[in-house]
Amino acid sequence: MKEKTLRTLSWGWWLKNLVTNKNNLYTIIAIVFTLLIIGVLNNTLDNYQIRIFNLCAIYIILALSMNLINGFVGLFSLGHAGFMAIGAYTCALLTMSPEVKQMNFFLKPIVPWLANVQLPFPAGVLIAGIMAAVAGALIGAPVLRLKDDYLAIATLGFAEIIRIVFTNLQSITNGALGLKGLPNTVNVWWTWGIAIATIIFMILLIKGSYGKAFKAIREDEIAAEAMGISLFKHKMMAFVIGSFLAGVGGALLGHLMGTIDPLMFRFLLTFNIVLIVVFGGIGSITGNVISAVIVTIMMEILRVLDGKMDFGFIEIQGIPGLRMVMFSLILMIVILYWQRGLMGTKEFSWSWLGKISRRVVFRTKDC
Amino acid sequence: MSLNIFMQQLVNAASLGSLYALLAIGYTMVYGILRLINFAHGDIFMLSTYIAFYAMTSFLLPWYISFAIAIILTILFGILLERGAYRPLRNSPRISIMISAIAASFLIENLAIVIFGGRPKAFPSVPAFSKIISISGVSTSSISVIIPIVTFIVLILLGYIVNQTKMGMAMRAVSKDYEAARLMGINVNTVISFTFGIGSGLAAIGGVMWGLKYPQLIPLMGLMPGLKCFIAAVVGGIGDIKGAVIGGFILGFGEIMIVAVSAFLPYDLSGYRDAFAFVLLIAILLLKPSGIMGKSSVEKV
Repeated sequence: MKEKTLRTLSWGWWLKNLVTNKNNLYTIIAIVFTLLIIGVLNNTLDNYQIRIFNLCAIYIILALSMNLINGFVGLFSLGHAGFMAIGAYTCALLTMSPEVKQMNFFLKPIVPWLANVQLPFPAGVLIAGIMAAVAGALIGAPVLRLKDDYLAIATLGFAEIIRIVFTNLQSITNGALGLKGLPNTVNVWWTWGIAIATIIFMILLIKGSYGKAFKAIREDEIAAEAMGISLFKHKMMAFVIGSFLAGVGGALLGHLMGTIDPLMFRFLLTFNIVLIVVFGGIGSITGNVISAVIVTIMMEILRVLDGKMDFGFIEIQGIPGLRMVMFSLILMIVILYWQRGLMGTKEFSWSWLGKISRRVVFRTKDC
Repeated sequence: MSLNIFMQQLVNAASLGSLYALLAIGYTMVYGILRLINFAHGDIFMLSTYIAFYAMTSFLLPWYISFAIAIILTILFGILLERGAYRPLRNSPRISIMISAIAASFLIENLAIVIFGGRPKAFPSVPAFSKIISISGVSTSSISVIIPIVTFIVLILLGYIVNQTKMGMAMRAVSKDYEAARLMGINVNTVISFTFGIGSGLAAIGGVMWGLKYPQLIPLMGLMPGLKCFIAAVVGGIGDIKGAVIGGFILGFGEIMIVAVSAFLPYDLSGYRDAFAFVLLIAILLLKPSGIMGKSSVEKV
């Protein structure tokens, strides 16, 4: 009872804060400004660049969802690819038109209860997230009792099981053939809209009482439990929210690519997200957003390595696969020599920006 | 299923189980000492197969020399891996070490794709191992029989090293209590290098035999066996060598039997063969997290 009033009090305080605090005004201005930039970029970038731009937003969503589980609660989960697969397949099967489905399922007809379903894209994405969250809850209930590496290997195992099941359920997922011709409904407003919503949600969640509980669990589980924090409830909550976001990210990714198959959701996909989270700083929202954008763009730029390189005076034959070698090396170097990543556990805030700018101003005045 | 086919499957299961056991021992020994899942162990296994392949095809060496070279180089590589990727992080949080292990694994895999090429290669067949032998109607290739025998011999040797030699005693001491072992004057770094060497050596022995039994090499061939053998180690009770062997055999028999039994079922289960290990893992983690042979430990505050 008391806990509840405290929470409503803190929410009320937060609402009042939103209206009166200057920082929130800055935030709103920043969001509007970001939306403007997105609008401008949407009109100036070519098709290929817009695709990468979309990919950045999707990786922001995925990185934040992994960061919530791994960074804030300190549960090392490697099951992201599995939840993404669930989201991608759910959304694809719900939004594809009956004709396209019939064309896809030529080896074995689709099950009747899915054959004629066609929902609008937003409903598909939402249900994709919910399905992934349900899977997260079902998996989390038994697995979250485990710790550290056991948890990692168990979640990894679940992701593999999901992939293998999807490969074998010929009449629901079309097996190894995958699904082609997903409706091309993803645009920058969808991806960046959801990404910005995710960022805001994460900030509110982490700043609130739940975030404090998450961090307490990360720092010391036994102490947190002794302080009356329900370990299972909070771990489960983070895991389910993380799975939901992974499902949404997977759905968006599937629709952006236009085709999905089980091989897409291998461990490699999880590895990419781990790379982003580690590079940005495990436990920093700001760091993850920045590193998601950097890593996604870098991945595209480094494609040069796979192709032919022409430096004018020397021409190097491209070596396919060199890009991934570079990426593994970068992750290796970051984890060996620069464990904090870009931001460590620090976050961007307006007061921090103010402090920096004041310092700069004072220094110039001194001179 | 006639008795003959069943016996054949049994031989197959025994050889697959042996290979899994050899790999699982590497995981369990490293985990016992460093509390680290050596994600790159499967890739070390892959490397050994490729080294043997190149020694036989490019350098045209006889098979016994090639296999010896493969095993020695793999041991060296395993020791180097520990120096490069794990030693600098010895005192870091466990998540960092694990991420380093994952990164090392991906680095080796991607390097292998660049160096060896992504196309599958055929492991050369060695006449001595590819003979078809038949014992009272059960016919099988000789390698399927040789694998369990070699494994048995290797296990006896390993048992001797761990239980009878000074180094083995040091290994057991370090795995019991890292700090105390160091205080008693044991050179922990040497012991850890030695452990990685033995683990990689066993993986290499498994790797060349794997190449003879399943002669298709791809750079990612270590990924699945690697994960499965870690599971075998967990099922048997991680840190326990006997447990790893038992886990490896359970996994080998389970997988082969799923394929064998699905011939009688209305629904073809053989596609779920790879899922068996993971289902087994989750079952064992829920029922007895310390594994079949493991002792349950009490968490101290």
